[in-house]
Amino acid sequence: MGIENNILVKLKDVGLKRNDKWLVKGVSLVVEKSKIITLIGPNGSGKSTTAKIALGLHKNIEGEVQKLTNKIGYVPQKISIDWTLPLRVKDFMLLTDDLNDKLIDEALTLTGVDHLKNKNLGNLSGGEFQRVLLARAVSKKPELLVLDEPVQGVDFTGEIALYKLIKEISEKLNCGILLISHDLHTVMSATDFVLCLNGHVCCSGTPKDVAMSNEYKVLFGEQASQTLSIYEHKHDHTHSDDGEIKKN
Amino acid sequence: MFDDFFIRALVAGIGVAFVTGPLGCFVVWRRLSYFGDTLAHSALLGVTMALAFEINIAISIFIISSVIAIILVKLEKNTNLPGDALLGLLAHSSLAVGLVVVGFLSFIRFDVMGLLFGDILAVNIDDLIIIWGGGAIILIVLKLIWKPLFASTVNYELAEAEGLNPDRAKAIFTILLAALIAISIKLVGVLLITGMLIIPTAMARNLSDNPKKMVVFSIIGGLLSVFIGLFSSLEFNTSSGPSIIAAALFLFIISLFKIKQTIQLKN
Repeated sequence: MGIENNILVKLKDVGLKRNDKWLVKGVSLVVEKSKIITLIGPNGSGKSTTAKIALGLHKNIEGEVQKLTNKIGYVPQKISIDWTLPLRVKDFMLLTDDLNDKLIDEALTLTGVDHLKNKNLGNLSGGEFQRVLLARAVSKKPELLVLDEPVQGVDFTGEIALYKLIKEISEKLNCGILLISHDLHTVMSATDFVLCLNGHVCCSGTPKDVAMSNEYKVLFGEQASQTLSIYEHKHDHTHSDDGEIKKN
Repeated sequence: MFDDFFIRALVAGIGVAFVTGPLGCFVVWRRLSYFGDTLAHSALLGVTMALAFEINIAISIFIISSVIAIILVKLEKNTNLPGDALLGLLAHSSLAVGLVVVGFLSFIRFDVMGLLFGDILAVNIDDLIIIWGGGAIILIVLKLIWKPLFASTVNYELAEAEGLNPDRAKAIFTILLAALIAISIKLVGVLLITGMLIIPTAMARNLSDNPKKMVVFSIIGGLLSVFIGLFSSLEFNTSSGPSIIAAALFLFIISLFKIKQTIQLKN
């Protein structure tokens, strides 16, 4: 099999403009089977927007998106469940696909929340809900997983375990993962390729390459690659109103 | 057996309740109560059109309601007014225009009160065929679009990202709503059809912990409302629409005790 056959999604120089301002511009990336691509960057750097472009959720984009699979699992960054809709965890698991009970149990056990199957979705804690979201996305055995900050609200030990799990899932299901994260240290250990965004691609490469690169050091600080220090993000440039880059 | 007007009304009511149950759930979940109201108000204009041009009332209502729905979508895109203001604008202006046109049609005798509040005496065999035939089609189509409609009700982007088509489902649902109003107007009337959609569903919400249960209870609530409402309508000589809705309200109030119990159990 050639490399071409493994490609699930290909973005070529994509961008999105809202109200005359570029939310994100000039991003190219490829997600392949059993590979984890991670997007990092500060708030408002266009991580979620890029993920949504890859999923085909944004219309009127610039550039080219090639989606070569329809078996997709998605964990959005924000999701609020309305109280007017009574929904148990097991109803939620069936949202976009008809799954049998065995698959549901498997997925819930995988993320450690099988005991919540009959609970109402509105009664879950933030961390529990996040695990259910991940279980739902995984349960349909997708070829492409898009995870937008999948561990938010999960406690620290759970966070590390979940990232480990995500790595295992990608190997087990042979699926490609587009991961969005704030957590630099975990990104380093669980990913094949890193893309640092700040409205555009600041730097990219293997985790090691990125960690060694000057841009990375400028962006995240000297210590970031060695310790689990506080997330710090410095920039060598600012953006003009229309999203163009201005060097300081 | 269908010779008796009361049996006809009962059969019509049962047919309507089977459709308002599931559709009502989506109206409540998607917060479309006022949208339903707007479509229903425009139905009066549909009735007057039917009388003026001598076409079938249900078909005429269906067409006018669909047109109003399309106008609403266009206005939402092209104006800066909030959704509820646009709904109010369309609801009351179509009701007003409908009533004005009624005034012009003074050469035709017809019962405005019956139109606004329902008239069981007016239900004939043709209406039964339209209610049950139309109702069956509405339910079959709803079953077909259930997955994308429900998934996008929970989360639009998630549904779209995972390959469903929420926009198409939403458009079809709007048409189903217009169709439901068209077939049920004689029984409940223009002003109260939204009540038939929402009140049994609100009762069902109080009794359910999952969506399927809510749909089932909503249908049961609708059926009970129709039975209690029609019998008391016969007994006290009241309009059928208000009697059915009052019965639905009665059931809703009873269901409140059930929530109270559940909340106490939780504490």
